[in-house]
Amino acid sequence: MLTLSPPPPAATPTRRPVLAPLGAEHSPEAALSIHDMTVAYHRKPVLWDVDLDVPPGSLVGIVGPNGAGKSTLIKAVLDLIPRVSGRVLVFGKPYRQQRHRVAYVPQRESVDWDFPVSALEVVAMGLYGRIGWFRPVTRRHREIALHALERVGIADLAHRQISQLSGGQQQRTFLARALVQEADLYLMDEPFAAVDAATEKAIVRLLQDLRAAGRTALVVHHDLQTVAEYFDRVVLLNLRVVASGLTETVFTRENLQKTYGGRLTLMTEAAEALARETPAP
Amino acid sequence: MSMMGDAISHAVLPGLAVAFLVTGSRASVPMFLGAAVVGVLTALFTEWVRGLGKVDEGASMGVVFTSLFALGLLLVVQAADHVDLDPGCVLYGAIELTPLDTVTLAGREVPRVVVMLGVVFLLNLTCVLVLYKELQISSFDPALATTLGINARGLHFLLMTLVAVTAVASFETVGNILVVAMLVVPAATAFLLTRRLSVLLVLAVGFGVGSAVVGHVAALAVPAAFGYASTNTAGMMALTSGVGLLVVMVVTLLRRGQPLRD
Ligand SMILES: Nc1ncnc2c1ncn2[C@@H]1O[C@H](COP(=O)(O)OP(=O)(O)OP(=O)(O)O)[C@@H](O)[C@H]1O
Ligand SMILES: [Mg+2]
Repeated sequence: MLTLSPPPPAATPTRRPVLAPLGAEHSPEAALSIHDMTVAYHRKPVLWDVDLDVPPGSLVGIVGPNGAGKSTLIKAVLDLIPRVSGRVLVFGKPYRQQRHRVAYVPQRESVDWDFPVSALEVVAMGLYGRIGWFRPVTRRHREIALHALERVGIADLAHRQISQLSGGQQQRTFLARALVQEADLYLMDEPFAAVDAATEKAIVRLLQDLRAAGRTALVVHHDLQTVAEYFDRVVLLNLRVVASGLTETVFTRENLQKTYGGRLTLMTEAAEALARETPAP
Repeated sequence: MSMMGDAISHAVLPGLAVAFLVTGSRASVPMFLGAAVVGVLTALFTEWVRGLGKVDEGASMGVVFTSLFALGLLLVVQAADHVDLDPGCVLYGAIELTPLDTVTLAGREVPRVVVMLGVVFLLNLTCVLVLYKELQISSFDPALATTLGINARGLHFLLMTLVAVTAVASFETVGNILVVAMLVVPAATAFLLTRRLSVLLVLAVGFGVGSAVVGHVAALAVPAAFGYASTNTAGMMALTSGVGLLVVMVVTLLRRGQPLRD
């Protein structure tokens, strides 16, 4: 078993009451704090004036239609794409100084699946930051990687080349890689995409373990039906932050309508999700 | 990635020509500098065309390297009017003449290119051994590499520079055709046989050496058997590596019913 040691003191979550008043979470210790961020591709802004505070120890769902800028938000936080304006703080400091405390699970399309590496080697990559330049991967690192694969239930596939894994197994490999990073803040882009029910359950359990260990996770999520069940907080995103905060306060029909606009099928889905959450009138 | 090697080995031509035109000699140092600069430029231009034209990397490389190669040819032809830089030689090389040009190393006469290519080989070997995991991660998942504080972009440029320097060092001896063949074919052959990077690297080098030896023997033996006087050694080596790829492909096909590729 991979043990999750408690995060350093600075990140210790202050247990907040479940129904904290809105706006009370402006603390300098926010796991992630985004202020006035605008991001553009080729001068065309795709994210406007994003303001966001994520308290430590929370599971946050990022929800919005395709092209809303969810992946862009994550990449901009990670300095993978430049920001036009705005400030991002991770546990009170610029990301650059906090790299080792942040782990990233990219959307599946972003890597070269034909590359000759095994699942184990991919997981070990999560340790490269800690191993440091020029030093080789040792047996101890491979053991850590194998434990992480055990934890996501695919240790038996450790030596498979990654293109020969199923979509769900590839996703588990990515999660295992994020786990070995022992980060305090996890940014996950659609970890639930293309996975079966068993894998989905395994990922949810993992997220809950992370939260129990005081870690924070931001997760891009598409299934509106499960948002309220999985996440403490949500960010509704569509070019701007439509709403963000505690799930029970923010995940409302009105906000969903604003986020998804007139997309009928999605709206029905949302309505169903709400019907299940709120008692029938 | 193999496409990038192909692109660079063509694109270094103008770098060589400019270095030659500026210094008026074929001394190694300016040639290497020219190659290194153009190697980085090719990588930069490719990114630039891709971003600006919103086309994929392959197409963008196609544009960049054909343009640079054409420019290089123009420059070489221009240069050839002044001195002995032979356009044909650039394409086919003159491996048969290498023993004539020697330097003295530790009291022994050694062909100059052997020393030069030996140095380049050691340089490449050192970089691959020392930066193995950094090169691996930034080729596989540049985004992750960047978030771990490993400069994927810088490593990409380093790799492109190494390819350019290697291409230049080999050019004069073996010509463009064999450079491109050796950059791509042995690695492709090895890729049919393994899905482990370390094994792949060793196999690829093995295939490269194998085709060189077999190609050399074949260049001596085959034309003679048909009554011709001689042939181009570099061409025969390239052909051998191609035949090797074909053989491996057929064997894996027969063994598995279908290629290993997914
Ligand atoms: N590299 C890029 N160059 C130009 N535009 C881009 C690029 N990447 C994304 N975009 C544009 O930015 C907008 C936001 O994209 P983003 O990938 O962040 O959306 P998303 O919310 O993650 O969508 P999805 O649910 O489909 O993953 C889209 O309009 C997209 O077309
Ligand atoms: Mg996305």
